[in-house]
Amino acid sequence: MKQSGNILFSGVGGQGILLASELTAYAQLEAGFDVKKSEVHGMAQRGGSVEAHLRYGERVYSPLIEPGTADILVAFEILEAARYLPYLHKDSAVVVNTQKILPPAVAMGKASYPDDILDELTSRGINVVALDAFAVAREVGELRTANVAMVGAMSNFLSVHKQAFLDVIDTKVKEAFREVNKQAFELGRKLVYS
Amino acid sequence: MAFDSNDNKRWFSGNEAIARGAWEAGVQVASGYPGTPSTEIMGNLARYEGVYAEWAPNEKVGLEVTIGASFAGVRALATMKHVGLNVAADPLFTAAYTGGRGGLVVLDADDPQMHSSQNEQDNRNYAFAAKVPMLEPSDPSEAKEMLKTAFELSEELDTPVLYRITTRIAHVKGVVELRDRPEVAPGSIEKMPGKFVMLPGNARMRRIEVEKRMATARELAETLPINRVDDGDRTRGFITSGTPYNYVKEAFPEAAVLKLGMVWPLPEKMIREFADSVDELYIVEELDPFLETHIKAMGIDCHGKDLIPNQGELNSFIVRKSIDPASIGDLFEPLELPMRPPNMCAGCPHRGVFYGLSRMKDVFVSGDIGCYTLGFLPPLSAMDSCVCMGASVTIAHGMSKALGKEGEGKLVAVLGDSTFMHSGITGLLNAVYNESYATVIILDNRITAMTGHQNNPASGKNIKGEPANAINLEKLCEAVGVKRVVVVNPHDIDECRKVLKEEIASTEPSVIISRAPCVLIPEEIKRKKPVYSTNFDNCTGCTACIRLGCPAISWHPLTPEEAVERGYTKKQKGYAEITEVQCNGCGQCACLCKFDAINIREAN
Ligand SMILES: Cc1ncc(C[n+]2csc(CCOP(=O)(O)OP(=O)(O)O)c2C)c(N)n1
Repeated sequence: MKQSGNILFSGVGGQGILLASELTAYAQLEAGFDVKKSEVHGMAQRGGSVEAHLRYGERVYSPLIEPGTADILVAFEILEAARYLPYLHKDSAVVVNTQKILPPAVAMGKASYPDDILDELTSRGINVVALDAFAVAREVGELRTANVAMVGAMSNFLSVHKQAFLDVIDTKVKEAFREVNKQAFELGRKLVYS
Repeated sequence: MAFDSNDNKRWFSGNEAIARGAWEAGVQVASGYPGTPSTEIMGNLARYEGVYAEWAPNEKVGLEVTIGASFAGVRALATMKHVGLNVAADPLFTAAYTGGRGGLVVLDADDPQMHSSQNEQDNRNYAFAAKVPMLEPSDPSEAKEMLKTAFELSEELDTPVLYRITTRIAHVKGVVELRDRPEVAPGSIEKMPGKFVMLPGNARMRRIEVEKRMATARELAETLPINRVDDGDRTRGFITSGTPYNYVKEAFPEAAVLKLGMVWPLPEKMIREFADSVDELYIVEELDPFLETHIKAMGIDCHGKDLIPNQGELNSFIVRKSIDPASIGDLFEPLELPMRPPNMCAGCPHRGVFYGLSRMKDVFVSGDIGCYTLGFLPPLSAMDSCVCMGASVTIAHGMSKALGKEGEGKLVAVLGDSTFMHSGITGLLNAVYNESYATVIILDNRITAMTGHQNNPASGKNIKGEPANAINLEKLCEAVGVKRVVVVNPHDIDECRKVLKEEIASTEPSVIISRAPCVLIPEEIKRKKPVYSTNFDNCTGCTACIRLGCPAISWHPLTPEEAVERGYTKKQKGYAEITEVQCNGCGQCACLCKFDAINIREAN
């Protein structure tokens, strides 16, 4: 069992990154790890790129992941996966949602959204798992579970038992949304190896 | 079993931990003004039983309220971001003379890297300048515990204590252990004129006390448990404090570290002994060489800013690289990608005003701080200056005096409702008194949006969301002496432009109140709103809607062949599309479309 690690979450403000990182953190806490997580509030949240750093281990001092040391990158958007390349190493796993959200310059027709940008990661030997988290969310009937589907997919790369995540959903998610979130988690988890 | 139903352990952000710590320390009165990264402290503290917490209109007011509480004998906490302490500096420097009765802690949240700030000042310098002790924790757990030490010191030394955190404490989550709150005594009146009335005669006496108290604090610093040595390899020794302590522990886990919990005044003996015990001494601190300067003044040789950057925040990578460049391996280079800066939300009322201003190229827009500062970004590009809260009004007035007749019809100040009440009112008073011709636009979205939607004196609700007195902005402006006060709906683009033209042209002081609620306040999120959709057949690719910069509208470029294929002329360069799930139904784009290509779809 891996005794420490770094998980980076990235995406666009409003995509549910905070909840996803929160569930992951609690699952690690239940597994007995010390966990620190760093996020940025304020200006950066207004539709800009957002990131959350999660570090776990026996005793974690720094809340920030160093470049070249993210074991897992959970990216909620394709460009926001590519943007964090300097944080990765060749054995990193990248779980990426295949959604594209156009940055302002692209939406205004002043720049183009790069094609095949994920190839830049795979060509460097990085393990990239791309999934359509919205398709999963649609399947369970609640679009707002896409972030939990991402957590499900990511959970394959952690030694924490799946039950820990389900327990956290039980305690952290409002009752009305528990079942759909658990389904989204399970479906996301299965997607990686199917 | 769930982690936090387990025992008394919780996983808290630094700000949640500080709120809890204040409650555990027996704080009875708290006042603050929002400011990233400090905001969530007050929001959380308001939920604790036995604590009165409030949003003040600015930091000076907040600090003075807590000085009053301290004079009445209870423990009090003021909170603010780093620039807020500039606003509150006046009461701080003299409260340093008066001291108080109940413990008084001034929480200051610095923002190295300017994640959400207009400058990067290092407020440790305030401790030195105001002659007050400053404590600095390293993580959420310590942030909670050390706060109690801060209150004890405040009472023991009869002084306000500065408590400095940074973004990487405020918004970092970590494990904390809950404790209880002691019984607290109610406040009381006790007159101490010699101590509380700072006339020169009294102040000169207190001035002497200040020096005595700092000497005592310096003594105390030598034995305070929050100043401690982590034993280790002494070939390299580190002196550090706050968040950088974590980076040192990660980058050089074997090394001996002197961790300072109190960063002012410094424990000179302890520092000397540590320095003597190591072969080479490194001072690792974010921003200014604060510790380094004072340690060098002790005649101690050390490394510091010769290696470590004095700008931006640090992390373990930067610390390692600065000290051991050879230890750094190869990294993947970043890819060249389109940036994703923050943007005003879809449906944001501010956009209507900035659209109008973006069409008035001769007008200088003296801006201010809030969500609306994003009006600076393309395609609106309608802000020409932004310095500090409230400065929009005063800078426009100053320009009007410098320009005289030349500037007539060309000067406008733009600021939010919260900013207006923070420090815009006094500027407006000046503009009326000294006869400015600049127009002031108050963007009244009913809330302090930028910092995460705190209520303010115009919101009609207090910090807990309970009904409260709401200031009437129109009446206030009239009372100040403004004769031209116009209220406009910013979503009505045509009306808004008309009002802008008229008022900016006027040569007497005028105020435009642009009134529409922020789309992110709960009432607006719940409200059923129309959804606009694009009629592609009618779109001519004129880009009028694109020029709003709304995140819900995107441009699809077309080649001549593609244009023809879609039934357009081959000259049409593309078409616009509204992403309906993102639309908040403001209708600004529909106002602008002359080709009936944007219509309301039935609300769902
Ligand atoms: C002295 C000072 N205190 C606090 C802040 C943090 N701050 C930035 S913008 C803002 C409030 C903006 O509210 P408002 O003027 O209503 O505009 P909105 O964001 O709602 O558009 C605050 C509190 C600051 N920059 N400076």
